[in-house]
Amino acid sequence: MSRPMLEIVALEKTFGELKVLRDINLRVATGEMVFVIGPSGSGKSTMLRCCNRLEEPTSGAILIDGKDIVGCSSSALNRMRLEVGMVFQGFHLYPHMTVVANVMLAQIKALKRSKDEARERALAMLDRVGLRHRAETMPTQLSGGQQQRVAIARALALDPKVMLFDEPTSALDPELVGSVLAVMKDLKDSGMTMLVVSHEMGFAREAADRVVFMDGGLVVEEGPPEEIFANPKAERTQAFLSRVRA
Amino acid sequence: MDGLDRFLATFFNARIFARYLPDMLAGVWTTIWLAGAVIALGLSLGLALACLRAYGWRIASFFIICFADMGRALPPLVLILIMYFGLPGLGLRMPGPLVLILVLGTVLAAFAEEIFWAGLTSVPKGQWEAGRATGLGFTQTLVQIALPQAARLALPPLVNRVLAISKMTALGSVIGVSEILSVASTAQSFTGSAAPLTMGAIAYVIVFLPLVVLTRLLERRFAWKV
Amino acid sequence: MQDFIRLFFNLEVMAQTLPLLMQGLWMTVKLCAAVIALGLVGGLFLALGALSHRRWLRWPAFAVIDFLRALPPLVLLIFIYSGLPFAGLAISPFAAVAVAFFLNNSAYYAEIYRAGIQSVPAGQTEAARACGLTTGQTLAHVVLPQAVRNVLPDLLSNTVEVVKLTSLASVVSLAELLYSANMARSLTYNASPLVLAALVYLLLLWPLVRLVSRYQRRLAA
Repeated sequence: MSRPMLEIVALEKTFGELKVLRDINLRVATGEMVFVIGPSGSGKSTMLRCCNRLEEPTSGAILIDGKDIVGCSSSALNRMRLEVGMVFQGFHLYPHMTVVANVMLAQIKALKRSKDEARERALAMLDRVGLRHRAETMPTQLSGGQQQRVAIARALALDPKVMLFDEPTSALDPELVGSVLAVMKDLKDSGMTMLVVSHEMGFAREAADRVVFMDGGLVVEEGPPEEIFANPKAERTQAFLSRVRA
Repeated sequence: MDGLDRFLATFFNARIFARYLPDMLAGVWTTIWLAGAVIALGLSLGLALACLRAYGWRIASFFIICFADMGRALPPLVLILIMYFGLPGLGLRMPGPLVLILVLGTVLAAFAEEIFWAGLTSVPKGQWEAGRATGLGFTQTLVQIALPQAARLALPPLVNRVLAISKMTALGSVIGVSEILSVASTAQSFTGSAAPLTMGAIAYVIVFLPLVVLTRLLERRFAWKV
Repeated sequence: MQDFIRLFFNLEVMAQTLPLLMQGLWMTVKLCAAVIALGLVGGLFLALGALSHRRWLRWPAFAVIDFLRALPPLVLLIFIYSGLPFAGLAISPFAAVAVAFFLNNSAYYAEIYRAGIQSVPAGQTEAARACGLTTGQTLAHVVLPQAVRNVLPDLLSNTVEVVKLTSLASVVSLAELLYSANMARSLTYNASPLVLAALVYLLLLWPLVRLVSRYQRRLAA
């Protein structure tokens, strides 16, 4: 395995008495798409949110392209966050700005790109997710699937090295899921490193390089999708998979 | 005497505090009963007007809206001066406390009417229909079903407004009502010291802090419920 | 009835005192501009303090806000105007009024901002931070624009209160609209200047009050 783009080392997270993550170790190689599955409350989302320190890790290290983001100063953190794109379950587009302004904001303020440059880049990214023609609309006028694709474009416009997806399709009507997954597939094919928390088992089987099963704050099992889905070794994985299949 | 000592002697003079304590207590009492009267008049009049408006009689509603708008747009001190200095020209001389209660009570009524009305309009139409469908008359539906729900919504903004307008009883000092601020100002000019003003400020905080705390409690309770 | 019109709606007296009142109105406008601008800025800082995760910032901010909310603005004004000279700080009436009402209104604006900022979903901040924006940039470009829009009726209604509040400046002999009107009343032995002042306030504030009601209804719907 080449040098990992994202490496999680001995990550722990406690909320008061509650241990949400215990000794998580995970490596995502450059260009790899890793799927994290598991029951709700297993700590998957918390782990993902630790990767750009939206959640502050209690201990451990998170290396992005070899640089640790845990314990770096807040200004360094802001720079590091540019290298980690994030897509949320609830989209979180800025409702007071047009679609293209959503994609431009961080380019201008955080990357210090010129307005013209940011706009050009934003339109290119919107084109990539198939929404260039909606650039001047307000986000609330878009469907959920379209909003999520704009959110992906917003993250991509910052040229991140890794993309994190936190249940990107869970808030969508079933018929809108496909368009978002198609964009994610396209992204993977272009060589993006991706860590995805999701319940889309079919998509995981088809597109993921590796699947990680988490439960109770632990990584229980990981491996290629065909292996995890066809003959899971751990009992907990078997139980979980039979439940979601049923 | 260094700076701090002089500061304390000027603003926190214990001797002056002691001398004017009885006067100040009388002032506090005046402030409290004035505020009580203003609140009673304002809330009852405001509630009555909001209910009247619910009946939807065009002309009544029009006058209620005009009343509420004027009460919210006019500075209370203007009204106080007009009533206190203007009306005697017509042979109508009212004592200061009465002027204060009438003006502040009316102003509170204007705000309370708007707040109650906003509460009433936010009660879902289905609630009215359910009330009417179960055989209640309009007035019964209003009183039994709509008002209780409206009052809950109205409570936080109402307490805020009650606080703001009760504090305006300090305007009584302008027309010789001997509430806290009057007592403090008079004592200040007698003693040539700022200590009575400090005392007055402390008295106000003691009287009104409970209302401020009440707004905080309501805010929290409603934050939990939502 | 004739007495009533002669004493309260005397056009002759009104016309005679109008120039004086207009001078007063100009002072009222200046005062409002100062107090609103200062209050909007001071209120923002107090609100940010009250929303801070740091206890040593949050508690004092709440204490200041609640203290100022418990104290009648007129008391604050008298304290500053007549009290501060005892501490060797002579202060002009305009400065006294501006400072007193700036303090008073900072507390009110702070409460409004706080409600507005809390009404913006946490996901907005997270999305902005995840894109590498700093705390300040997130506040300025993402949170505040939405917060202000959500509480626009309250900001507007508090601004109406500021305009009304400036009438208290007459108590410390600052020649704003109400002081001028009352002065004219005592010169003419006629209440019409006060009524005229009331009409000016009404003319100024009625549209705003209507706007507030309209806004609130639209938000409720």
